[in-house]
Amino acid sequence: MSRLIRLIWVGWKFHVKTLTLSGFFILTSVLQPIIFATLAYLMFRAGTREGTLLYVALGAGMMGIWSSTLFGSGGAIQWQRWQGTLEYSIAVPPPLMLVILPLTLATSTIGLYSLTATLLWGKLFFDVPLDVAHPLAFLVALPATVVGLGLLGLVLASTFIMYRNANALSNLLEYPVWLITGLLVSLSLLPGWVGPISWVLAPTWGINALRESAIAGNAWPEIGMCLALAAVYLVIGHFTLQQFERLARDRATLSLT
Amino acid sequence: MRQNLRVFFVGGYLSYRALFNWMHWSYYIPTMLGAPIFQVLFFAYIGRYAKVRNDEFFVVGNAVQLSAMAGIYGMAMTVGGERWTQTLSQLMATPANRLPLFLGRALPLIANGIITSAFAFTVGWLLLDVSLSWSALPALAVVIAASAFACTSLGLLVGAMGLRVRDVFFLANFVVYALVLFCGVNIPLDALPGWMESVARALPLTHGIEAARAIADGASLAQVDYLVWTELAIGAAYAAGAFALFKLFELEGRRRASFESI
Repeated sequence: MSRLIRLIWVGWKFHVKTLTLSGFFILTSVLQPIIFATLAYLMFRAGTREGTLLYVALGAGMMGIWSSTLFGSGGAIQWQRWQGTLEYSIAVPPPLMLVILPLTLATSTIGLYSLTATLLWGKLFFDVPLDVAHPLAFLVALPATVVGLGLLGLVLASTFIMYRNANALSNLLEYPVWLITGLLVSLSLLPGWVGPISWVLAPTWGINALRESAIAGNAWPEIGMCLALAAVYLVIGHFTLQQFERLARDRATLSLT
Repeated sequence: MRQNLRVFFVGGYLSYRALFNWMHWSYYIPTMLGAPIFQVLFFAYIGRYAKVRNDEFFVVGNAVQLSAMAGIYGMAMTVGGERWTQTLSQLMATPANRLPLFLGRALPLIANGIITSAFAFTVGWLLLDVSLSWSALPALAVVIAASAFACTSLGLLVGAMGLRVRDVFFLANFVVYALVLFCGVNIPLDALPGWMESVARALPLTHGIEAARAIADGASLAQVDYLVWTELAIGAAYAAGAFALFKLFELEGRRRASFESI
């Protein structure tokens, strides 16, 4: 057990450091959310809906966490494939999941730069109030959200091992998840059938947890849902990684670029 | 002349196919057609929620903006991809005239931009509350073509920067997002701070989107022709700047031996 925790901890630290040293990744994690946050602030200012801009700031930050997870998890697998190191990652003694999991957790952790950037940007240039109603719940909601998204990234990453064009999925999945998880739009505006889809996505519960704790309300049920979904993703990720790894070995597609 | 035409058409076609890993549908459809659907829906729903403007405002703005995607990312990838596959030096060593070489690569991207934009309009019309009259379509097509040209010219400029900087994809991302923010795609221009509106007036898309919105509201092409000409002039200016930068950075790249650095 201690070896398992050590492997995840060391892997997570390594990937967080590596990603932090990537100028492209950091700039994308900070600049893109700031641009989208500015867009959102200006849109809500131009509109007539009343409410706090903190709602928008948290949503825009969460958009960055999702983008970071989506492109980071998939991009890293693709990068390893390009570098020719994917086969080695799979051939090492620990199970593949323990190799990939720290990476996907690290990409969602890096997304916290996005949240920080959008909150500070909002405070500095748009007078967004940063008073958190329940600081303890907010501090717990942050890592719960990161874990939820990181494990969702694990499920996504498994598909990237199998298909060499799977990174096209990253391009496809950014906007729809922003939309159907209610990051900037109330879910009540969307068609009814969207609801059940949003419930199985961690960003829905993550953003609700952050908003409930920051603005007002009880965030603990949402935090619990985020962690419960993380556990489900872990099981699904474990299964899909095993299957896709076996198929990729059978078809010898690991090194295809 | 014949050689230049061959470089322009055949070279442009081959380069375009190479862009998408030999144009595999599994890459093309999610990226060029799938993502735009959700971009249009995302902003239209924010518009509804924030009570900014109606669906038509967002469908027209985003559909015209999507004509930029192929031109800017495509041109960035054209040069960035050559660098990544270590073929940029060979490309720069060819005796081919640089004007048809790079303009040939831009032409399919303009066509691609028009297709993406038309697709986004169709999706918006099908899924959202948008009513466009059939008689407006030819004028809209002209505006979209003008915007696709102007944006691809900006893409040429980004591509030219790719001869100098190692990570041109970051620059391409930044430019596309800046266009979304500045050009009145999702925010009325009069709701932007003054300096942002001034910047927007010097960028492609701004005038194209303004013209497209006017046409969607019933204006004729003749009534907005000054906006279309302005869009084309901005595109021509960026294309000229891009060509100058291509020449400059090619010389610089040779002097610094930097074509192969990744």
